[in-house]
This record gives sequence, structure tokens and C-alpha cells, in this order.
Amino acid sequence: MTTETRPDQPKQRDWATDYDIFDPQYVRDPYPIWGELRDKCPVAHTENWGASWMPTKYADLFAIAQDIEHFSSREILVAPVTTAASQDPEAMPFYGVRAPPISSDPPEHTWTRKMLLPHFSIKAVAPYEAGTRELCGKLIDEFIDKGRADAAVDYAQQIPPRVIARMLGAGEDMTDTFVNWVRDLLEIGLSRPEVRLPARLALLKFLDKQINERRESPRDDLLSRLVATEVDGEPVPHEILLGMSLLLVVAGIDTTWSSIGSALWHLAQHPEDRKMLIEQPELMPNAVEELLRAYSPVTMARVMHSDYEYDGCPMKTDDRVLMNFPAANRDPEKFEEPDKVILDRKFNPHIAFGVGIHRCAGSNLARMEMKVAIEEWLKRVPDYRLEDPSAVTWAGGQVRGPRQLTVVFP
Amino acid sequence: MKITVETEKCQGHNRCFVVAPLLFELDEYGYAHEVDGGDVPPDQQENARLAVANCPEKAIIIVEE
Repeated sequence: MTTETRPDQPKQRDWATDYDIFDPQYVRDPYPIWGELRDKCPVAHTENWGASWMPTKYADLFAIAQDIEHFSSREILVAPVTTAASQDPEAMPFYGVRAPPISSDPPEHTWTRKMLLPHFSIKAVAPYEAGTRELCGKLIDEFIDKGRADAAVDYAQQIPPRVIARMLGAGEDMTDTFVNWVRDLLEIGLSRPEVRLPARLALLKFLDKQINERRESPRDDLLSRLVATEVDGEPVPHEILLGMSLLLVVAGIDTTWSSIGSALWHLAQHPEDRKMLIEQPELMPNAVEELLRAYSPVTMARVMHSDYEYDGCPMKTDDRVLMNFPAANRDPEKFEEPDKVILDRKFNPHIAFGVGIHRCAGSNLARMEMKVAIEEWLKRVPDYRLEDPSAVTWAGGQVRGPRQLTVVFP
Repeated sequence: MKITVETEKCQGHNRCFVVAPLLFELDEYGYAHEVDGGDVPPDQQENARLAVANCPEKAIIIVEE
């Protein structure tokens, strides 16, 4: 029997051997696919976008994240990226720039991470809370009288770039530019180098200039503090500072806005959960963890140091492993009723921020932004719904979250 | 009850500190350490169990019930 696929008919994909995390079906609704894979083939394989493996069970994600001997972080994007493809001579000085510590293995990982962590502790991010609250209020002022808003574009997307711009001291007028650069890098450009490379170059040139300015005249901002840091009595190499500031801009923007967007998408459809949070505001930190579990935005990657057989899977040197933390957090072997959002869930060791030595360094900042964004929204927009559930669009691949989210309210 | 944080496993998720702020302290890097030698007052036992259950790194151990 021959099978023909008509062009107007999407081909029936075998997710175990031919998954594609950029497939629109996967981006829109990955949950049933993960369920099928966990039952049938918990570590799936594909040759799409280069050879890669994709675990979907919590236990496998946990084990792989802890095994830094076999699984390297020197490549962390879910699709291979050609960095040398640019013909632009201006790009030359930036070829070697990476994003430490997320793209580092020890020993570089160890000292670069140590450099960042104190700036993202609970205590260090607390002073930014009041400003974030004020920002959320101003964003809501813009649409509150209209009875209608795009909760992704007009709200969620506006918050993280402004907060990180404030922390870095980069100027809030850069917000839209930051958003465009980050989308070109991680969303649109992930599979399109002609979009990705110019964005990367523009961002690096901007940061290069900012770092040099801080060297000349330090200010009271994170970038100045990083520039002034000495490690073992030595100044930090410029390339490391550049890569680190690249990471700070790129890592905290579409990830956090995706989480805020998914939370607002969920709450739009669950009046009982809105009611619970309004009546019991003390539940908020727990609710944030549950929303992070249920709608984890980030899939990272690792790359194989050498040929290695993991649980019967013959992984080859340079094969990618997609760190599907979102799937791990919906694993019924780990979580009771994993597909149900239970805002007062007690047992929730989710790994939305990863696990092991690469645990998201900005997790406290992300949590603060989520908490404040949801609190301020519910204060002013306690009752709202999706205008048209089918009109909601999602981005996916590396970072999953709603990109158009029109809601209406009385 | 007595608990301990296995410091080589802690990656600074800070989940224990949020559910049981009286039982843990965080250092400047965000790594958790038990306070009072890990002794858990009776009214904090439930929080101690929550901290253990919610640590993604499985870094907190109940050494004595």
C-alpha cells in the first residue's frame, strides 16, 4: 500500500521517531503528545533540526540534568545555530561570545555563576518589587477603561524587559528594542539565521558600548557592579562580561512574559481560581509555583560530550538532548493529577527553572515579577474572560507562551 | 525532629526558605542552610516536611523523626 500525503493534509507524525517541537500542533497543544511519548517512548528521537533526543519523564530529566559528565551545556538552544554564517565584518569581534554561565560547563560555569547569584537572591530582587508594581499599574491604566486588552502584548510582554532594563541600568526607552531583539533571537530567529544573526549583533554592539561606558564612569546599576567585579584578584574578561549581559537580557524577557501570559490565560478561563486568589492572597507564592509547574515555558538543550548510551538510547557525540522540563512537570509518575491546576497544591518539586547546576539564576526575579503581575491584574481586573479562545496564539520551541491573548472585562 | 541540608546538592531554588522561613537561612549565593543545628520545633514539623517534599534537588534530609 502506498501512502500519499496531500499538501493540504498535515502528515501524521510519529512523535517517537520524528518529533518536531516547532510543529504547530506541538506548539499549540503539547500535552497529549507528551502523554503518548511517556507511555510509548519516554526518550524520543528525531533527525529534524539535527539529531536530538527528547526525554519526557521527570526522572529522566532529573537524571540527565545532574549528569554533567556526559551532557554538556556548551549548546543550549533547541535547534542548531550557525554563528559563522554572518558575512558582516562588524560581527567578527563577537564570534566567540557565548552566554556564561548558562552555556558553560565547569570550571567556567562555577565562577561565572558565583558572580551572578548574589545579584539575583530573594533579598537582591526585593528592592525592584515596588517599581514593578507601579509599572503594572501604569500598564493597566492604559486599557482599563476600554474593557478589552491583549494581556500578552499590552501587559505581560511589557513587564520583564522594563524590569531588566532598570536592573542593568540600560534605559527603559530600550523596552521595545529589547523585545524585538529577544524575539528575533529566541522565537522567530531560532530556525532562521537571517533573522537571528543581525539581532544578536545589534544587541551585542549595544551591550559592548554599555559595558565600556560603565568602565569609564560606573553608575549604581547591575552592569557597573559586574564590570567592577574581580575574580581571584583579576578583572573579568570583557568577552565574559559581554556574554553574561547578553544572557541577562535574553534569558529573563520572553521566559517571564510567557509565564505571566500563561497564568493570565489560565485565570481567564477559571473564575474559581481567580476567586481563590482574591479571597486568599496569602496563597499567591504557592499559586505561582503551581502555575510555573503546569505552564513551564522553557525547554533547554544539552549536547553530548561523547557517544553514550542512556537507558538504551545510543546517543552520539554532538547529538542534542532537549531538556523538556515542561513535560517533566506534567509527569503522572511524579505529580498527582498533573494536568489539573491546583493552586494550593502541597507537593510540587517542579523543575520549571531546571534542576542541577544550571538552575535558572533569575528564578527569584521571575517569581517576583509573576507574583506582582498577577496580583496587580486581579486587583484591577478581577473578572475577565478570553474574547475568543480560538484566537489565542502561542509561541513555542524553546519558550512557550501566549503571544496574542485578547481578553474582555466589564 | 532534626533536618539537614546536603549543601553539595542544594542549587539555591529557595523553595525551602519560602515554605519554612524559620527553619532555613540563605547565604549570599542563595544556598540554604538549616538553622539551630537543624532542630525542628514541634509547631514547625509540617513545614519541615513541606520543605523536604518541595526541594527539587532532594537536598533536605530528615535525620531524626
